[in-house]
Amino acid sequence: MKHIISALVENKPGVLAHVAGMFAARAFNIDSLVVGRTEDPKLSRMTIVVVGDDKVVEQVRKQLAKIVPVVKVQDFVGQPVVARDLMLITLSAPPDKRPEILSLIEMFKARVVDIGVKQLMVEVSGPETKIEAFIDACKPYGIKNVARTGTIAMPRQGPSEVKS
Amino acid sequence: MTIKFIRKGVKMSPKSRSSAVSADKSNLKAGAQIIVDTLIDLGVDTMFGYCGGVILPLFDRLYDAPIRVIVPRHEQGGCHMADGYARASGKVGVVVATSGPGACNLTTGLATALMDSVPVVAITGQVRTELIGNDAFQEADTTGITRPVTKYNSIVKDIKDLARVIKEAFYIASTSRPGPVLVDIPVDIQVAKYEADGPVEMDLPGYRIQTKGHARQISAAAAAINKSEKPVLYVGGGVIIANASEELRKLAQKAHLPVTMTLLGLGSFEQSRPESLDMLGMHGSAYANYAVQECDLLIAIGARFDDRVTGKVKTFAPNAKIIHIDIDPTSISKNVNVDIPVVGDAKYIMTELVKEVEYRERAEWFKKIAEWKKKFPFSYDRNASTVKPQYVIEELCRQTNGEAIITTGVGQNQMWTAQFYKFGRPRQFISSGGLGTMGYGLPAAIGAQIARPDATVIDIDGDHSFNMTMTELATAVEHKLPIKVCILNNGYMGLPRQWQELFYGKRYSCSRLQNPNYEDVAKALGAVGETIDKKADVPKAIKQMLAEKRPCVFDFRVEQEENVWPMVPAGKSLNEMDGLDILESMA
Ligand SMILES: Cc1ncc(C[n+]2csc(CCOP(=O)(O)OP(=O)(O)O)c2C)c(N)n1
Ligand SMILES: [Mg+2]
Repeated sequence: MKHIISALVENKPGVLAHVAGMFAARAFNIDSLVVGRTEDPKLSRMTIVVVGDDKVVEQVRKQLAKIVPVVKVQDFVGQPVVARDLMLITLSAPPDKRPEILSLIEMFKARVVDIGVKQLMVEVSGPETKIEAFIDACKPYGIKNVARTGTIAMPRQGPSEVKS
Repeated sequence: MTIKFIRKGVKMSPKSRSSAVSADKSNLKAGAQIIVDTLIDLGVDTMFGYCGGVILPLFDRLYDAPIRVIVPRHEQGGCHMADGYARASGKVGVVVATSGPGACNLTTGLATALMDSVPVVAITGQVRTELIGNDAFQEADTTGITRPVTKYNSIVKDIKDLARVIKEAFYIASTSRPGPVLVDIPVDIQVAKYEADGPVEMDLPGYRIQTKGHARQISAAAAAINKSEKPVLYVGGGVIIANASEELRKLAQKAHLPVTMTLLGLGSFEQSRPESLDMLGMHGSAYANYAVQECDLLIAIGARFDDRVTGKVKTFAPNAKIIHIDIDPTSISKNVNVDIPVVGDAKYIMTELVKEVEYRERAEWFKKIAEWKKKFPFSYDRNASTVKPQYVIEELCRQTNGEAIITTGVGQNQMWTAQFYKFGRPRQFISSGGLGTMGYGLPAAIGAQIARPDATVIDIDGDHSFNMTMTELATAVEHKLPIKVCILNNGYMGLPRQWQELFYGKRYSCSRLQNPNYEDVAKALGAVGETIDKKADVPKAIKQMLAEKRPCVFDFRVEQEENVWPMVPAGKSLNEMDGLDILESMA
């Protein structure tokens, strides 16, 4: 099962190495790991997506919490969360295919961010499933390059039906 | 613990610093002096260190500081000495090394201390800040190399952090589940000047210590104990670290519980007491292993269900409900699923438990255990004409009244020591359990003797373990330490040889080397050396050794192909022990 784990860590050199080293040393698999600043300059947030059974993920959570500069660890499993990925994707887009591609982009609420002679760069954000679906939809046109951020997430405060 | 941690205090603000600097320049201190003053503040009076280019500023300040510096012959030895010092005293052991090769040589010692939760602080020199990353002379990525073998490490890149980081290192090393902490200090930081007066506040927002166990969990544990017909207490090094032997004795007595110990737990519970089942695990006692496999309740305290203890995990303690008391939440349900976890300090939790448990006779259970004890005691051929290694240990135990501090090498020597020396006090048995580091015994004995100058300290070693760090004999001679090395010299890497005998058709591949004459080695290094090859000479040799005031090496030429019994072969359940027939026939 997929778990999104959010860790507040001290914004110090070496923290990422501590966390990444722990994952490698304990043979935990990570789908993605995203680090970014927070509202507090002394803290960063790491969002880590791990796949494993409950026992494994429980160990991941405890081992993370044990790392000295890790301040707080939350496993969002079972909680309503907003989880988002961002992707930049370059597609081959010859002039005759462009209308088709643009309508696809429209359907996914994606944006064209760069236009070349033979290709387009598109920015898509949303849940991982949407990103995957967009990639699948683009395959017939020819994907040149993909860059993805990995998942960031936050728990919802309001009713879980509200979709953004 | 003599260390004082100032948690609250005046923070040094840059503003007050600059005004102080302009008002009175004499308040300026070099980084190296800040290190020394901080160490003294923290109660350090002894440390182990080896110099080199980028740590010279610190050694210069140590030249006339009120700190005794013991120089090992190799940094690994220095780290094991700090470790042995810490295990024998309960204080933090401090080791210093230079950058690059010096720091690299610490790694085995740090990993040893990490596995066995020993409070060690390592201070390493590093190349100048502006050279870091340039492959400078003697540069190594010390924090990168040592990250997996320390509880925490960091590099100081700003002199204003220096005192704080060192205090934090001591605090982290010695609290919760202890472990080694390394602080890497570039040479320019040691030389730079800073006004560093006043108390220093620690800043560790991510470091939490859970001392008190959850009251409801403690009550649940007590209720399970009170209900149990066939309980077993399984205790590890955590009880010794928590200084909770007294509480353990009370718990075992009040609730009437049999107690088995891990290798590192030896000394936490008097082995002469009737409740003692001695050590469990791969080379543990048959009665401990049978009791664990048959018990209906296993109460683990400060132990971590290591694979050398559990054997095949799937069939470990198959009928038991499991209580696990440990300060490290990651140890709980890591290898074995636990029914009643209690996270917290063993001393606190046992104190609470004692209040709630009730005495129960459990006559049948104790009778069964007594039968196993009678049938399968640790034993060997006492009528043999050769020098049996077990006999040497029994004789050592007898002549020291079981009261010496014992360190060991790794291998058969270590297992026989665990089986045949009967320990009564915590911090008496000092051995590399988790990592199994050959070469640990001699430097650890040196550290222990420095921590406990009046104690009898004996390193019961293997010939090949001794080979690894025997150069430290020179350190013992220099400091006139009356340590006693007893080499159980079987001419083999005995434990690998035993495995080769049992599982590789007696093909003794690379497990026998040509050894030096240890008596000559000892004498050449300025120690006392003796060779004992007759059984009849053992008692008087040991008597002579115990009377020696100088370091000595007694080379006992023991039976070469003796095996350690019982043995749970790899992948087998604890009750599937080999060698029981041998034990039974010699009982
Ligand atoms: C540093 C290190 N290298 C290798 C091993 C693997 N090992 C375990 S016991 C042993 C042989 C020990 O020989 P000796 O010290 O003579 O002890 P004995 O078993 O003969 O008592 C070896 C090689 C180890 N534990 N540590
Ligand atoms: Mg040997």
